[in-house]
Amino acid sequence: MILDSKIPEGPLAEKWTKHKFNVKLVNPANKRKYDVIVVGTGLAGASAAASLAELGYNVKAFCFQDSPRRAHSIAAQGGINAAKNYQNDGDSVYRLFYDTVKGGDYRAREANVYRLAEVSVKIIDQCVAQGVPFAREYGGLLANRSFGGAQVSRTFYARGQTGQQLLLGAYSALSRQVANGKVKLYPRTEMMDVVTIDGKARGIITRNLITGAIESHSAHAVLLCTGGYGNVFFLSTNAMGSNVTAAWRAHKKGALMANPCFTQIHPTCIPVSGDHQSKLTLMSESLRNDGRVWVPATQETAEKLRKGQIKANDIKEEDRDYFLERKYPSFGNLVPRDVASRNAKYVCDEGRGVNETGEAVFLDFRDAIKRDGKDIISAKYGNLFDMYQQITGENPYEMPMMIYPAVHYTMGGLWVDYNLMTNVPGLYALGEANFSDHGANRLGASALMQGLADGYFVIPYTIGDYLAQNPAGKIGTDHPEFQKAEKEIKDRIQKLLSIKGQKTIDHFHKRLGKIMWDYCGMARTEEGLKKAKAMIKELKAEFWSNVNVLGDNEELNQSLEKAHRVADFIELGELMVDDALNRNESCGGHFREEYQTPEGEALRDDENFAYVAAWKYLGEGQEEELVKEPLIFENVKLTQRSYK
Amino acid sequence: MNLTLKIWRQKNNSDKGGFKDYKLGGISKDMSFLEMLDVLNEELSAKGEDPVHFDHDCREGICGMCSLYINGKPHGPQQTTTCQLHMRSFSDGETITIEPWRAKAFPVLKDLVTDRSAFDRIIQAGGYVSVNTGGVPDANEIPIPKTIADMAMDAAQCIGCGACVAACKNASAMLFTSAKVSQLALLPQGQVERKTRAEKMVAQMDAEGFGACTNTGACEAECPKGISITNIARMNREYFSAVVSSQNV
Repeated sequence: MILDSKIPEGPLAEKWTKHKFNVKLVNPANKRKYDVIVVGTGLAGASAAASLAELGYNVKAFCFQDSPRRAHSIAAQGGINAAKNYQNDGDSVYRLFYDTVKGGDYRAREANVYRLAEVSVKIIDQCVAQGVPFAREYGGLLANRSFGGAQVSRTFYARGQTGQQLLLGAYSALSRQVANGKVKLYPRTEMMDVVTIDGKARGIITRNLITGAIESHSAHAVLLCTGGYGNVFFLSTNAMGSNVTAAWRAHKKGALMANPCFTQIHPTCIPVSGDHQSKLTLMSESLRNDGRVWVPATQETAEKLRKGQIKANDIKEEDRDYFLERKYPSFGNLVPRDVASRNAKYVCDEGRGVNETGEAVFLDFRDAIKRDGKDIISAKYGNLFDMYQQITGENPYEMPMMIYPAVHYTMGGLWVDYNLMTNVPGLYALGEANFSDHGANRLGASALMQGLADGYFVIPYTIGDYLAQNPAGKIGTDHPEFQKAEKEIKDRIQKLLSIKGQKTIDHFHKRLGKIMWDYCGMARTEEGLKKAKAMIKELKAEFWSNVNVLGDNEELNQSLEKAHRVADFIELGELMVDDALNRNESCGGHFREEYQTPEGEALRDDENFAYVAAWKYLGEGQEEELVKEPLIFENVKLTQRSYK
Repeated sequence: MNLTLKIWRQKNNSDKGGFKDYKLGGISKDMSFLEMLDVLNEELSAKGEDPVHFDHDCREGICGMCSLYINGKPHGPQQTTTCQLHMRSFSDGETITIEPWRAKAFPVLKDLVTDRSAFDRIIQAGGYVSVNTGGVPDANEIPIPKTIADMAMDAAQCIGCGACVAACKNASAMLFTSAKVSQLALLPQGQVERKTRAEKMVAQMDAEGFGACTNTGACEAECPKGISITNIARMNREYFSAVVSSQNV
């Protein structure tokens, strides 16, 4: 199998412009004859659904939440990048492109990333026009701040709730199209399967989460905007409902899953407090603009701290180790996420962690408060400080925050070409659900940018190219493939409900999470990964013979919802381990202990691994087939990433 | 901590429903309120009993999915969302009463889960600026005074959880509706549709069966995001100026 990424010819900066001219168009009067399904209503889904409806397509939008406004994009805090160069500090489309490719440790496609940087500027214009209340300077113009992996200030923000404001903007555009009758909304509806007819995506099977009804929906194209799969780790910063089911079912219907092992572990999260923990809470990366990360210089001091004999503020300046500033003087506390996370792990492994479990480092605002005053710091981060206090019961204005890395984002996802189409014709993946733009590590404030770029400014152009080549006119749901898919889902539900085993669903999810965190988390080894694979296989067999799913299908049944998701997570977990085992190098968030520089930095192997690892499902119980898409770098020179 | 939980159980929308008591032990004060319910649900599941259904998603206080009427207050004793409420706010041996939002416009679907789609329909009635994707001016073309942008942001922080409706004796949705009307009325981008927006959103709010506002202020007191009733005053002004001067609706 050969993957065609369909990257347009020509110089990098002209590719997108040329491509937009070369793609086929659907005439305005014909657009109303095409139906498009959009699954997920986060930034990518809501922006795509609204934009396609504005163009005239008939859109059906699905989400499992009770309202499209609740998709997990809403929780993004810090900001959104755009190469506006409003600060006159040397930013440009090329610089944003370069930072993103470098930040991704040279495992992303140049052409995709350049396009992302190019359309980034239009996103900000669009959001402002919708009434998104971005932060402003006293002169009335937009304010910026800086984020990790960049030496310019290009991040636009709305206090610590940027994701919320951007999503509500997209949701308002979506709501307008619902009112216009161009979008039909299906909240509390979960996608259970993709239906393909003659190799093309022609619809989906859904479950109504209130009544349990299994339904078929047909369309000329299906867009999966279903987010990432961080919850495979059980504990992550994802929402409780975030899941891989839509992407995984598409994978089992033939769509390739690319770089699944590329997981982002975010350095600044509130540490785990006990076994009861259900999720982890992120403290925005923007805090690293003013907060300084440190641990005690010696194990002895750290031990006293853990035993409560001394307090953080008692530790003298010379007894503190600001390890990021020390190791990376030019980027300091604003090194990319993978580097910050790994270094936090190192100092904790050395026994210098600062909370009871020894798995936390300080993020200290003492100096910033001294420099700028409490009011300024509070205006910038007030809601984050409040949130921290609410969760931990400690006041970060007086005591340094304690933070530790946690699973946050998945760079891997469904393989897509330049048009965002998977290898299944008519099936697209947008936003975090695809793999395309962030390589092996995503820079802060780039997820919002990518979600909205895909939805507002890429798919409205590229979908036309496919639809124009496919006849319009109604596609019915009476095709045998729909009935077959419906039956498969009903059988699966029946199977889950009839196991009636001894263990709860969360029991399996927690065990899976622990395996993934221990062996496929921040640091990975061949030995550990092999062990994990065997453990996951065992877990899967046990799940299908001993899980207890309560209740019936024909009702609101949260146990059943969860069971479907966990079953898919287990299968995905195994593929992530396979992918991590295959990639005999370290890059970005994928750190194999066998492959590191003497200073402990990720050691890439460009000769053998400068490719996208796309995996093809071959059937139940079979090993997946690896298909490689070589990554060709014509503009950026591959170097050892240095933030020193 | 040991607790007695008095929880509203209701099989579905047509079921009458009622309270059921549960004893729960071994709760840590560091748990969030929802994690405490997770513990209960794990116990119930292990015993083969149907777990208590409740809405929740982000558990970071921003998605607005979690609700719950706790000891007679929306989102419980603190001015925060239920997911950010921690057990350190309760004492050992306490009896905690947990109910769904109670409002005609928010019918109960099961146990503590309600249907809040009425809020979506209020937004669909006009809670947007009618701009299509593309073809908009540069973001810095229209300067907006910082104080205005900040006020718009204060209103825009609403998470649409419905606590304001649950807190109101009339189950009025004025705080929710006014937050969106205010945000867009303050910003230059929202000026063009200012009048129709106020009229249409208020009309939809009434059509959904939400009650009238009597300026009691319970909504503001219980709002987890601190949305001010100043917004209601602003919406009233918008609405009255619209009805006397426009020919819409």
